[in-house]
Amino acid sequence: MASWGRRSSAVAHRVMAFFQVNFHDKAVRIQTSRDFVRRHPFFKPAISSALVARSWPYVNMASLILVERFTSSVARSQVDSRHDNEEDRAMDFPGGKVTYTTELKFISGSSDKRIPCYRVLGDNGELLNDFKEVNKELAVKMYGDMVTLQIMDTFFYEAQRQGRISFYMTSSGEEAVNISSAAALSKDDIIMPQYREHGILLWRGFTLQEFANQCFGNKDDVGKGRQMPMHYGSRKLNFVTVSSPIATQLPQAAGMAYSLKMDKKDACVVAFIGDGGTSEGDFHAGLNFAAVMEAPVIFVCRNNGWAISTPISEQFRSDGVAVKGQAYGIPSIRVDGTDALAVYSAIRAARNMAVNEQRPVLVETLAYRVGHHSTSDDSTKYRSLDEIEHWKMDRDPVNRFRKWVELNGWWSEREETELRSNVKKQLMKAIQVAGGTKKPPLTALFTDVYDLPPSNLVEQEKQLKETINKYPLDFPPDVSL
Amino acid sequence: MYAIARQRILGQSFQKMRPAVSVLRSYSSAAKQITVRDALNSALDEEMSADPKVFLMGEEVGEYQGAYKITKGLLEKYGPERVLDTPITEAGFTGIGVGAAYYGLKPVVEFMTFNFSMQAIDHIINSAAKSNYMSAGQISVPIVFRGPNGAAAGVGAQHSQCYASWYASCPGLKVLSPYNSEDARGLLKAAIRDPDPVVFLENELLYGESFPVSDEVLDSSFCIPIGKAKIEREGKDVTITAFSKMVGYALKAAEILEKDGIYAEVINLRSIRPLDRSTINTSVRKTNRLVTVEEGFPQHGVGAEICASVVEESFAYLDAPVERIAGADVPMPYAANLERMAVPQIEDIVRAAKRACYRSVPLAAAA
Repeated sequence: MASWGRRSSAVAHRVMAFFQVNFHDKAVRIQTSRDFVRRHPFFKPAISSALVARSWPYVNMASLILVERFTSSVARSQVDSRHDNEEDRAMDFPGGKVTYTTELKFISGSSDKRIPCYRVLGDNGELLNDFKEVNKELAVKMYGDMVTLQIMDTFFYEAQRQGRISFYMTSSGEEAVNISSAAALSKDDIIMPQYREHGILLWRGFTLQEFANQCFGNKDDVGKGRQMPMHYGSRKLNFVTVSSPIATQLPQAAGMAYSLKMDKKDACVVAFIGDGGTSEGDFHAGLNFAAVMEAPVIFVCRNNGWAISTPISEQFRSDGVAVKGQAYGIPSIRVDGTDALAVYSAIRAARNMAVNEQRPVLVETLAYRVGHHSTSDDSTKYRSLDEIEHWKMDRDPVNRFRKWVELNGWWSEREETELRSNVKKQLMKAIQVAGGTKKPPLTALFTDVYDLPPSNLVEQEKQLKETINKYPLDFPPDVSL
Repeated sequence: MYAIARQRILGQSFQKMRPAVSVLRSYSSAAKQITVRDALNSALDEEMSADPKVFLMGEEVGEYQGAYKITKGLLEKYGPERVLDTPITEAGFTGIGVGAAYYGLKPVVEFMTFNFSMQAIDHIINSAAKSNYMSAGQISVPIVFRGPNGAAAGVGAQHSQCYASWYASCPGLKVLSPYNSEDARGLLKAAIRDPDPVVFLENELLYGESFPVSDEVLDSSFCIPIGKAKIEREGKDVTITAFSKMVGYALKAAEILEKDGIYAEVINLRSIRPLDRSTINTSVRKTNRLVTVEEGFPQHGVGAEICASVVEESFAYLDAPVERIAGADVPMPYAANLERMAVPQIEDIVRAAKRACYRSVPLAAAA
């Protein structure tokens, strides 16, 4: 790609040199036609292809005549009037006016200055500006939930390792992204998650017992045992059920936001995606459409550096994800995802923009994925232990936030110990209870396929019950009829 | 050859083979004639008027009045907020429709042909079809996906596939396929009112065909129940099942068979999922012979499912093996003569019915 650019400019230089050297007598005519050729977009490709396609670098008379024929046959009056009117330096094209330039310059694929990362808290929890948006009550709740989330992730991860549940995904390293976003939004804002945002559910009131029930797939599961762990959903808490295919939630979020807009609700949709998910086609469709429809949706890209084993360098070659927003006409920001206050502040501002201006906003959070992708992954196989340890120990968002809360005199060592021991107790109890609760009854297999059960399923359920009653030893003992 | 056959079909009523004049004479006092296109348009119009949550989206549905003019006049009547012209991204606008349905609106998403729905099939299957189940009833998806399905005329492989069996194999979806104007109106209205996701498979070649409709059909509350097939023609010797355009062919075949003393019972499936197994089996128990007709590819097709259902439930009643008529097992060719060979013709149905009635030498078993 870059070499083609260099070749084109070399060709252009050659062409210009050729014009000036060999056609003195026709200098004026060539000048105007050259300008016309360079300005008119439909001729730009013609000139470069006409010259490059032929035996480069031999720009010969034949190709020049070809160019001549192009330039001379088209409306000369157009060229003349354009040349005469000094004010008329822009082209009126569908989509808007574009000013011309006579300089052949490509916009570079990458700028020397990357989009800066917004932060509020320093590495040691010290405030770097005069941030006042979070008071004691909010800060303590945020901190408490971040700790709970961290401990919950550890417990459930271990439960999977012990064979008690089949699968789990932690949000280690991204606790601030989860909790701060939730704190900055209103409970009417609809969340369309990817699969690493269970902290938001926690903030909104999903209990530890409910989390455990879903992971164990028992009869008390809000999801009736339909989905694998992590695929939580709660209509009551405005958290749309997690769907595994990546990025499908992005155009769906745009559609939902459009519906909110038509209803004139004081709410927005917040759709989450990872760095890897931005490669999906739905990312393009979702952002493009949201911009065209002017839908109030916040796209939060949790850039955690890894898509299972695929690092950023193999995912895209742009300046991260924040730079992509501009391509769709969407205002964007890059935020330090390990800084709880920065995330809070950015999401809050994004929400105001989305709701008040009725437009999409893109927020990219940078927070390293400390844990493995899931319990099916061992990330030490593709990244260094040092890297993981560094982010886990030195850049932990929970610790950093704790320092700030303590600096303000809002938290103490005693409260810390108390909180941790309470959470652990609750979790152990929740897991124990969930593991001991019965599994869903047989009807849960057949309901909700449609609004009303279809006749074939009614029949099948009846037949199945009869068969189980007749041959109970052939069926698992914990399926209640 | 194919063009002449098409000409004859278009020129006649769906009941009998008669010259146009006598058709008019016999129907002069009764039913009004409307095209399938007008039937669909009026159904959309009435449902949008009755429920403000219903809205349309798709490529060219607004300003262009619809790629096949099905949505003609609706942009003008309801405005751009309810008739959305979308950019060219099936995945994009299908996703948007699903998201709006999650919220509680009732989108009717048009695919220019169902061949293009493959670019959005994840949203249809993994999101629309499965969400109610996966969310344990918290998220319902009252969405309708509609558009032309199956072979048209001279449009080649990527514009001619029939998707009835693909979508009908997926629990969570309802799949409908109308034949005449009455079906089109009644089923589309039922689909829009239904709280579940519905795939509505129309047929491009039927859009321009006129069919008589009674006053009841023209009433705005008219609705056909989903999951019920219709017996278009009663008979006693062989059951022929069909849907969409093939119903017309089956009816023609029945007339030809009648001359040979074979009285065929033609069933218009109307609903592919749920399939009206009880009507089909009752009919087979009466006639003892079955021919299934469809335009789509033979393997794993609708006919295969009907055959399995009949063998499971009415095996003792079958006097002959089930005959399946389907499209050729090749991507649709373009050349008119080849295209004709790739799609079932009336003669194929007649021959199959005769085979089922042991009136001709049965085909040798496939190698």
